[in-house]
Amino acid sequence: MTTTASTSTTTSISAIGSRRLRFVRRNLLNIARYVILVLVAGLILLPIVYAVLGGFKENGQLVGDPLALIPAPWVLSNYTDVLFGVNAGTFWREFANSLIIAVVAVGLTVGLGSLAAFIFARMVFRGREVFYTLFTLGLLFPAAVAILPLYILVKQIGLGENLLGVALPQAAFGLPLTIIILRPFFRSIPVELEDAAKIDGCSTFGFFWRVLLPLARPALATVSVLAIVGTWNAFMLPLILLGGQDQWTLPLGVMNFSGLYVSDQARILAFTVCAIMPAVIFYGLAERQIVGGLTAGSVKG
Amino acid sequence: MSATSATSARPRAGFKVPTKWVTISLFLLPALALYLLFVLVPVVQAAHYSLYKWNGLQPLDNFVGLKNYATALGSDTFRTAVSNNFLIIVLSLAIQIPFSLSLAVLLNRRFTGRTIFRVIFFLPYVLSEAITGVVFSLLLRPHALIDSGFSSMGLGGLIQDWLGDPGFVMITLFVIISWKYFGFHMILLLAGLQGIPREIEEAALIDGAGRWQAFRHITLPLLGPTLRVSVFLSMIGALQLFDMIWVMTRGGPLGASNTMAIAMFKAGFQSQQMGYGSALAVILFLFALVLALAYQRFVLRRDVEGAVTAFNG
Repeated sequence: MTTTASTSTTTSISAIGSRRLRFVRRNLLNIARYVILVLVAGLILLPIVYAVLGGFKENGQLVGDPLALIPAPWVLSNYTDVLFGVNAGTFWREFANSLIIAVVAVGLTVGLGSLAAFIFARMVFRGREVFYTLFTLGLLFPAAVAILPLYILVKQIGLGENLLGVALPQAAFGLPLTIIILRPFFRSIPVELEDAAKIDGCSTFGFFWRVLLPLARPALATVSVLAIVGTWNAFMLPLILLGGQDQWTLPLGVMNFSGLYVSDQARILAFTVCAIMPAVIFYGLAERQIVGGLTAGSVKG
Repeated sequence: MSATSATSARPRAGFKVPTKWVTISLFLLPALALYLLFVLVPVVQAAHYSLYKWNGLQPLDNFVGLKNYATALGSDTFRTAVSNNFLIIVLSLAIQIPFSLSLAVLLNRRFTGRTIFRVIFFLPYVLSEAITGVVFSLLLRPHALIDSGFSSMGLGGLIQDWLGDPGFVMITLFVIISWKYFGFHMILLLAGLQGIPREIEEAALIDGAGRWQAFRHITLPLLGPTLRVSVFLSMIGALQLFDMIWVMTRGGPLGASNTMAIAMFKAGFQSQQMGYGSALAVILFLFALVLALAYQRFVLRRDVEGAVTAFNG
């Protein structure tokens, strides 16, 4: 009895001291945390901010005083040339090409992927897991493996030097991830709902279209967003499969532009910034889906 | 018995229910056809082409057996390419993932500005690798931002010929790759950390474990599945490196930054050696396959699916 009382008093005394110590330590830790995070954030943002501001500079300043962050004087012509002036034709054409490929590829990936995921999630049949495994295989090897035969194949079926010739393989490469994400989601929708829909006269497709897809909207948003990011940034397939410059997408265009205007750095930066803006804006709008889609599962893990 | 009667009871008079197999075919075939045609068939074709000496235009009739493979394995250029891929894998596992983990730990507390940091760190992941390469090429030019930055800090002696020195170019590329991808791994690991109940670590602390001990023996093992997914994705990513390197160095100088994908691309599209290029593609495939099988063998399958599947809202 007495021992417990005495230990409790000693702990309460030392607790006051250690609480102070802990307070100081916690503040120091917090400061250290902020310092590290701010440093890293600075390293991440520096190239991007430098590029954005560089687009407003004169080449003389970019070359002569590379450390200056703020343009002196501010020049608008680089950006206006890219968006409305001499380079606008190139920029908007490449933007449109990227957009067409993305729309077709993402439409196909999500459309066909959700149909297939529906079968894998809600039908029982022989060979189901074999087909499913076939699709998951696509995640395990690099797309580069298929690229040489793909080049020959796409030419053979008459889609060489055609935006569709890029969009179709792109859609095919997006299928595995889409199906793998959608399957468990489709599976989690109760069977009772399907039975009820059937009793009300819904066909299987009717259930899929009118009941399942609306319920799966968050999952569909996620796979769409991931497919958009993947297609928008694709480089190897367009590099191989597209013909002349009038078909190039933005990543190809930026590479070419930087070779064309080697000594006009400010112009390259302006063009580059305009080219990454769609992705940045899209990230701003869909950050939740992108991050959520890529990580939700590992929380469970 | 009851199950059969339930299904047979489902179709009601007045509308025709298509048989199960018609439904399955209609739903599955479009995706399957697209996938077979543009993904699986080309992979099989690569294996086929790899047995021929072929420029991609003439008839495929010069069968050479495994000669292309022998050439590849005996080629210094290709061996450099393979070792570059593995250098990136090793550096990623030794530096990039621990770095990502440290930042994930720092962000795994509630504090002001946490969301902003998270958003910033992940931002490079959504940028095109090719465009990232163009920007860094500009910054790495002699006397440009990076050189001047080092000089102004009095570290001028550390300045390298970043992309022009065969001995240094892979290090430069690794740093840029990390710039682009560490945020992805950090987000993955952060999600994993958030799935670990705080009470477990706190219990260990109360029992007298130090912070490091608690992390090392409690948090880290619980984070295992996520870490393994991160490691696997990092390795697959390093195996297929192409875009950024193509834009920045084209595999140069003197082949010092070739990767397997770059070597394959050059063989197929620059030297018109489709057969040889296909052999390189198959070798790349085999590396990925061994990796995937080892992964399946040593890591529960649930990990892979978990990484990209389940939704918790």
